[in-house]
Amino acid sequence: MSTTIRSKGLTKAYGEHTVVDRLDLEIEAGEVFGLLGPNGAGKTTTILMLLGLVQPTNGTIKVLGLDPRRNPLEVKRHVGYLPDAVGFYDSMTGRQNLRFTARLNGLDDFEGQIESLLDLVGLADAADQAAGEYSRGMKQRLGVADALVKGPSVLILDEPTTAIDPEGVIEMLALIQRLAKEEGVTVLLASHLLHQVQAVCDRVAIFVDGKVVAQGTPHDLAAVEETAKVRVEFRLGGDPSKARDLLNSMPNVSDVEAGRVPGSWVAGLEAGSLPTAVSGLVSRGADVIGVHRLDEDLETIYRRYFEVREEVSP
Amino acid sequence: MTTTTAETERAELRRVGGWRAVAGKEVADHLLSGRFVVLMGVLGIATAAAVFAASGGIRDVAPNAQGITALFLKLFTVTVDPVPFPLIVFVGFLAPLLGIMFGFDAVSGERSQGTLPRLLSQPIHRDEVILGKFVAGLTVVAIMLTALVLFVSGIGIFRLGVVPSPTEISRLAVWLVFAIIYVGFWQALATLSSVLARRASTSAMIPIGVWLVLTLFGSFLFGAVAGVLSPRDGSQAAEIAYQRTNQAVSQLSPVTLFQQGSSVLLDPEVRTVGLVTLEQVDRAIVSELNLTQSLAVVWPQIAILVAMTSVMFALAYIAFMRDEVRA
Repeated sequence: MSTTIRSKGLTKAYGEHTVVDRLDLEIEAGEVFGLLGPNGAGKTTTILMLLGLVQPTNGTIKVLGLDPRRNPLEVKRHVGYLPDAVGFYDSMTGRQNLRFTARLNGLDDFEGQIESLLDLVGLADAADQAAGEYSRGMKQRLGVADALVKGPSVLILDEPTTAIDPEGVIEMLALIQRLAKEEGVTVLLASHLLHQVQAVCDRVAIFVDGKVVAQGTPHDLAAVEETAKVRVEFRLGGDPSKARDLLNSMPNVSDVEAGRVPGSWVAGLEAGSLPTAVSGLVSRGADVIGVHRLDEDLETIYRRYFEVREEVSP
Repeated sequence: MTTTTAETERAELRRVGGWRAVAGKEVADHLLSGRFVVLMGVLGIATAAAVFAASGGIRDVAPNAQGITALFLKLFTVTVDPVPFPLIVFVGFLAPLLGIMFGFDAVSGERSQGTLPRLLSQPIHRDEVILGKFVAGLTVVAIMLTALVLFVSGIGIFRLGVVPSPTEISRLAVWLVFAIIYVGFWQALATLSSVLARRASTSAMIPIGVWLVLTLFGSFLFGAVAGVLSPRDGSQAAEIAYQRTNQAVSQLSPVTLFQQGSSVLLDPEVRTVGLVTLEQVDRAIVSELNLTQSLAVVWPQIAILVAMTSVMFALAYIAFMRDEVRA
């Protein structure tokens, strides 16, 4: 019972195009597992296979010990799912939408449950408003309540924070953690937002082009990050060619190229050497206007990750 | 092992409820929707006009209509100026719209609202979704058509002062079921289109196009096809062959089937829907058929229409079962 979701060699191909490629996953009960990858990496397809909504081309899946292909109903009875870009029946209120889900789950006495869920996601005041009037963020929160109506032991969330404002994101992440820690719900969180995944997940799999390229605790993955190179954008005043020569002359700085605007330069730095580089530039008389790390987006991190992999593997 | 059995039994119990939950929601949706009000209004006005005209005409001839037993049913089959069609033709023409309106966004609507993945991730079988929706649409159609027949009957009793006989009531009941099956064909077609088309507007256009072609250009179309299959050369034999082919070809259309079936079911004096030569009717005694005999005359029409509706629903069902969840 310790492993809640297990896949072995899970593959989905549409014709020639392989969307998910021999995926091995093991998600323990009560853990928050992050599936981190860019859009189109195959995250949603993987989730749909776990729910038995898409038939795998190859491989095996066990969710709560059940095969979603053989027994999709039993799996869906215990798995709450928040789809990407979740939608509701516009003409029905939030509460009516949740009631419908409760009925589909064959529940009898659900009014109290729905009330407390609406409270939990902060929609108690908007509960009797038509769902068509909800903002994207409200729909997403209603989606979480909807996934929880059946009292699931597994919760699968596909991009749960995309349309929510920053404050809402913090609340949502706190809610996810609380569900895992207090209710013992196993959470699979698919997202392309690295920082959010890092903040709540016990373990993370980085998923690119249908393949898991790294798996481990956020701490382990961060350790990989530290050894990697950092891309930094420098904005330097004065004579451009002089500035470029100056950058090239610095230790730990490599691959200097022109940036997007005049006077800006993008260079690779050894991780952790940024303070030294900046003080070095200043002491050599450079007019440093601005310094900006370019690693905030996931793509840069992936790229960095791949560089490291190539260096490590023979 | 016992727990598994209990689990399965419970699952089975809940499974029965799945399509009912879907159907219940859909019926509520339809009844509260604007299109229900609009359709009911259009049908109501068209029916009222047809019935008032027909009842006026019947009143005029009623004094010399002593021998006619099924006077009440004439309300549905008689046409009088200025209304161009009898009521059954109206129903044949407008009723498909009911089916189309309650079917065209069955699946495409779920898709465009983004509710399909959520719906399918609930513990219900996929077929319960499409079955629930079909049953719900047809329930609402049945409610509307029943209301329409009662409405007509009410006006008829009021205007003619004639109360329908038990035979007439049973004829109306059979016709009502026949009409619901007919609308079911159009609803199934619209449902199929809603599975195949990605957008609701496209999925409405397909069945509406079929409906317009079959109702407006049907006779022209069938005549042309029959002319190719058995060309006319002026001889009587060729003419008969042409008419026979024309009849056979036109029976491929649910519109024709419904018109033929209706005319026999609602008029005890109609003895055939096929080709009749002058020799055949010469000195024939005018007599009325009872309901069983009328049914015997249109049994093929009923059977073909039921088959067409079933096949159309089966196609929609298969298409939906094979449909990818991902848009």
